[in-house]
Amino acid sequence: MFGALIIVFREVIEAGLIIGIVLAATRGVNERGRWVATGILAGTLGAGIVALFAEAIANAFEGSGQELLNAGVLGTAVVMLMWHAAWMARHGREMAIEMAAVGAAVTAGKRPMTALAMVVGLAVLREGAEVVLFLYGILAGGTSSSSLFVGAALGLAAGAALSALMYYGLVSIPARHIFTVTAVLIALLAAGMAAQAVQYLDAAGAINVLGTQLWDSSPWLPQDGIVGRMLHALIGYTDRPTELQLVAYFATLAAMAALTWLSTPARAAHARVV
Amino acid sequence: MRGQLLAIVLAALGMASVHAVAQEFNLAIRNHKFEPAEIRVPAGKRVSIQVTNEDASAEEFESPSLKVEKVIPGKSKGVVRIGPLTPGRYEFFGDFHADTAKGVVIAE
Repeated sequence: MFGALIIVFREVIEAGLIIGIVLAATRGVNERGRWVATGILAGTLGAGIVALFAEAIANAFEGSGQELLNAGVLGTAVVMLMWHAAWMARHGREMAIEMAAVGAAVTAGKRPMTALAMVVGLAVLREGAEVVLFLYGILAGGTSSSSLFVGAALGLAAGAALSALMYYGLVSIPARHIFTVTAVLIALLAAGMAAQAVQYLDAAGAINVLGTQLWDSSPWLPQDGIVGRMLHALIGYTDRPTELQLVAYFATLAAMAALTWLSTPARAAHARVV
Repeated sequence: MRGQLLAIVLAALGMASVHAVAQEFNLAIRNHKFEPAEIRVPAGKRVSIQVTNEDASAEEFESPSLKVEKVIPGKSKGVVRIGPLTPGRYEFFGDFHADTAKGVVIAE
């Protein structure tokens, strides 16, 4: 039971923190709850499908199918986050002004939730597939299923509670700062995902450059501890990064900054004049 | 058939993999234990370890020091690619049965 609790808890906080950021970033958007719920549902369904085909995936590409699938999922999520950042840069300012003038409820407008709902779905898919495989494995191994499900349910509840705590922390930030804070969080989230994606490509043998480890901060802040795990999910903290991971991290941050800069209306107009 | 379909889908997504030549090692998971529990590999080289899970339940081959986290479904195989490593001991474990599934890669 305890094993199930720990594993489910771990995976739930990783997906839950991402959902928390998405919810905080979309405060005031019409029907965002339905979009996020759809993302979670689709992700759960996808996790079941991935678990069902786990053997075929594991055996694909000379035993590297799982790494390539993970890299693909993470890469797609990074692109979705970039799309969202560019959109927010174009419309964020007018929304913030509107929000101050008429209150949060009216600002909903027609903000596209597709990109962020997909990010939620992909996060749930990635973490969920592992949970399904683990639980199924224990069932196949003959552990009493009731204690297993109690453990899993407790893990889910604890993970959800911690994610909710972070969400309420985020939304307590004053409305005029929340766009900036969530924009930064989303940029860091994307950078962390990109760094993970290149590590999966390296493990798959698809990339073979800059694989040297840069440092080892595991004695001070281990990535498998609770704080390390949360930082890993939030900002992509890695205790033993490779050169390529660091390059991917900062390249993504730079790309996010450039996208935001180029999409901001005042500058875009200026650029057209010049 | 399912595997072929999936392979086609993944390939269509443009995820082609290039495999560098690497020295191969074998590792089995039996009754939630690694056999052998110790693997000696050359330092400074790419190494690939073929992990065969003979148990019915899935296992996750995990090692923070080797930067690997890979689920290996029950009754199937997976390839773990590591290195180049500096000489030393690198511990790994089975995350789904961490009490019993323990092992170490020694790079020399």
